[in-house]
Formats: sequence, C-alpha cells, structure tokens
Amino acid sequence: MTVHKGRGFAAINYPIGMNLGGDPSQALVHSNPDGKFMVSLSSIDLGQGMKSVTRQIAAETLGVPVEDVYVDTADSDTGPHCMGSFASRGTHRVGNAVIEAAKEARAVMLEAAAEELEVNAADLVTDGRGNIHVRGAPSRSITTGEAAMAAQFKQGRTVSGRGIFLIPLSEVSPETGEMTPVSCFAHAAMIVDVEVDDETGEVTVAKINSAYEVGRALNPRLVEQQLVGGAWMGLSHALYETTEPYYPDRAHGPTDFNTYLMPGPGDIAPHDIAILERPAPDGPYGGKGPGEMCANPVLPAVANAVFDAVGVRVRELPITPEKVLRGIRENGGVRPSRRAASGGW
Amino acid sequence: MAQKPIRFTHNGAERAVFVEEGANLLDVLRRGVGDLTPKYGCGQGTCGACTVIVDGAPRLSCLTLAETVDGGRVDTVAGLAEGNRLSALQEAFMSHFAAQCGYCTDGMLMSATALLKDNPRPTREEVVEAISGNLCRCTGYEAIIEAILTAAGSGGARRAG
Repeated sequence: MTVHKGRGFAAINYPIGMNLGGDPSQALVHSNPDGKFMVSLSSIDLGQGMKSVTRQIAAETLGVPVEDVYVDTADSDTGPHCMGSFASRGTHRVGNAVIEAAKEARAVMLEAAAEELEVNAADLVTDGRGNIHVRGAPSRSITTGEAAMAAQFKQGRTVSGRGIFLIPLSEVSPETGEMTPVSCFAHAAMIVDVEVDDETGEVTVAKINSAYEVGRALNPRLVEQQLVGGAWMGLSHALYETTEPYYPDRAHGPTDFNTYLMPGPGDIAPHDIAILERPAPDGPYGGKGPGEMCANPVLPAVANAVFDAVGVRVRELPITPEKVLRGIRENGGVRPSRRAASGGW
Repeated sequence: MAQKPIRFTHNGAERAVFVEEGANLLDVLRRGVGDLTPKYGCGQGTCGACTVIVDGAPRLSCLTLAETVDGGRVDTVAGLAEGNRLSALQEAFMSHFAAQCGYCTDGMLMSATALLKDNPRPTREEVVEAISGNLCRCTGYEAIIEAILTAAGSGGARRAG
C-alpha cells in the first residue's frame, strides 16, 4: 500500500444572478414614528445572511445606526416581489433594490428634518448615529426619531421608499446567438492537496488554499463563513454524496443519513482563504455574491488532484474509492504525474 | 392507547405530563411541554438535531422513550441562558458565526454543553468526537469546533496546516 500525494487546481468565473425573462427584486422601506426603519422583502434568508447584509445596506444608505433597522423577509403575501434566493443573486439584486428604496425614504426623512429645522434639505447630513444636522453646523441638529415623529404627526408625510432592481431580459441576436445574460461575475481560484491510497482507493483532502474575488465583502465574517461551509459542501459532492451505485440494485440505495455519506467534523480539511475585494460597478456598495461559487471550484480541483496523484481521470462524481481503484487497474497501475512522483508537492 | 403520567425536571422546573406508551421524549418536549428547541431532523437517531441532556449525559431525544426520564432531569437549549445572559457556549457560537440555517445548532449546543461539563478543557479531537453525531449541512463544522474550543478557554486557534 502506498499513499500518493497530488495537487489539483481550478479557477472559475461565476455569474451573479440569472436571466430567464428578466431578473427583478423589490424592496420597501418605511420608518415607524420612533425613527426605526423597516425593510420589507419577500426574499428569503435561509442562513446565508441576507437579513444581515440587507440590514447593513439599508442602514448605510439611510444614514442611521444598523440597530435602528429591521428586516422582514420571506412572506410573498406581505413583501414586495422577489425572484428568490438562488443563483447567488441575493446580495446583488436585493441589495440594489434596498439601496433605491432607502434613498427614497432618506430623502423624505431629510425633507421632514429640514422643515423642522427651517433649512434646505440639501444642506442636511446624517452622522450615522441617529442625528441629522446642517452640514458644517452640528449644533443645528434633530434626531431621526424626532424627524420621523414630526413627519407623521405634524407634517403628514410617510417616511418611506420603494426600490426595484431589474436586470432586463437580454434579447438573443438571431444572427450570432449572442446575448448578455448577466452583468456581474465573481471569480475564484483554488488549490487542493490530496492523498490517495492505492490499496483502498480512498481520497483524503489534506489542504485547501483558495482565493475569492467577491466584489466588496459587505460582511467579511459572513463571506468567510459562506466560503468555508461551501467548500465543505463541494468536498462532499466531490468525494461522498451519491445515491448510486448500490448493489445489487437501486432498492438497496441509501434511505437516510446513515447511508447517504457526507464528511463529518473529523473529515474536514484545513482551508486558507484569501478574499480579494474589487468592488463591482453595479453591485450594492460593490458587493457581488459568494453564494454558489463557494462549492464549485472544489470539484474540479479535487478531480485534478486525484489525476495528479495516481493518473486516474474520474469523469463522473463523486470520486468514490471504487472508481479510483477501477481507474488504477485500467491504467495497469498507478501513474502519478512527474511532479507528484518526485514528491514535488 | 394507554397514557401514563410522568414527572421530570425540565431546565430546573418540575413538569408533570401524560405520555402515550412508547412516546418519544422529543415529541413530549415539543408537543407536551412546548419546548421547541430540540429539533426533529431524521427521527431515527442519525442527525443529532434533537440532542438534549438527560441526567447529565447527551441523548438523542427522538430515540429516548419518554417514560424513561420519569423522575429524572432533562436539560435543553431553552435552559442555557440565565435571563438575558447567554451561556459562554452560546456567546462563542455567535462570535464565531457558527450557525447558518441554525437547524443543527440546538443539538450542537447540547452535545457541546455535555462535553464541557465532563471535560472542561477538551482537545480539538475530543470536540470533534463529541459532535460527530451532529450533522451540519451549512458551516463545514470548522466554526463550530472553534466556537467550542473558545468557550472552553482552550483557545480558538486554527489548527496548524
């Protein structure tokens, strides 16, 4: 038995969102009399952090503390329309809609404040701590709560805003088939080091090194969390998860978590991530979306690393021990790359 | 079906409930007591989402006959915080972003709570072993392991490599 080391590389361009007839998301923002803001969405936070990120985006745009913003999600009866949480589109599409809605609400808030302070709304600025004051004259000030209260009880205004972000349907050129389905790409590169046991066919991932370009990382900890967890899922797709093959037939296939394999906490590989921030011109504060791309490069990188280690090119996922052993046998033995054979990794 | 009265201590409070013969503890906690922190995941003891602590030891409540906790003590996530003060583990889970969808979190917290009670300074390997019966689909486990090590004061340092 020999354990062969190998290294694989993969790089991806990942489109943010999709375009199958136009890709819109909407947001509504309004303030309560106490100056706290509600962002109404029907977009869904399924753990990826949509609520945290849209809350940050709304607070930044409104110019109020993040604690003063609430986000209500996931009800398509009460929230404005959203295409959904998929295609890594949430931050980009919903975030842009929130900016538009928050800008409109901010403008009303400043008009209300201007009326109270008897100044021009264009001369007002927010300090991000709940105060609105005249530019250059911090003492001429009113709190966002007082402005909201005045708007609703004295001036009869709704401090509210509507936003929609739409990537319109891209027509296909009848001449060339050319179209522009997406406006924004994220990028990643990954190096995976594996060890392949030529007796059992088992592949162990020893180390992952990756670099992700995600626009601006609007919430760096959430981005890192997404990338670490997503790489785990990619590893699971690459090496473990399958309902096939089972013997002698499908009836003996997995029925529950006992027999559907995924890596456990003892099977994870150390993962070093470099996050490169190149703000996207059309992204909310430059953000793209690290969603699905966090799993994608793992699969080709693992496949390439296995090829490097033992010379077996597995073309159907997952790369099970059986497939590795069959490949080694078909090749008449292990055929590591020259670099791997010389212990170069 | 016959019903049987049982009594147990639930997060420090006395509870008396009637349970169906053969009812599992998870159902009794969720439907009888109204404690929704133990989660129903697989219902057959493989995912760990329903983990609670019975008489000091972690148990899969979906596989535990409710009658067997009669006279005993059951602790769940609902009892971890004291008023508004979260436990050190809960704080560490938050600061390490150790949850995404959160469905496994309550079970993870109970497995980890039981571990730290018996072994206040666990090694990374002991933490991994303690949560190996708790499946997580989102986080890749790393943040959870680091959170538990941090709560234990064992240092949240990433492993070398």
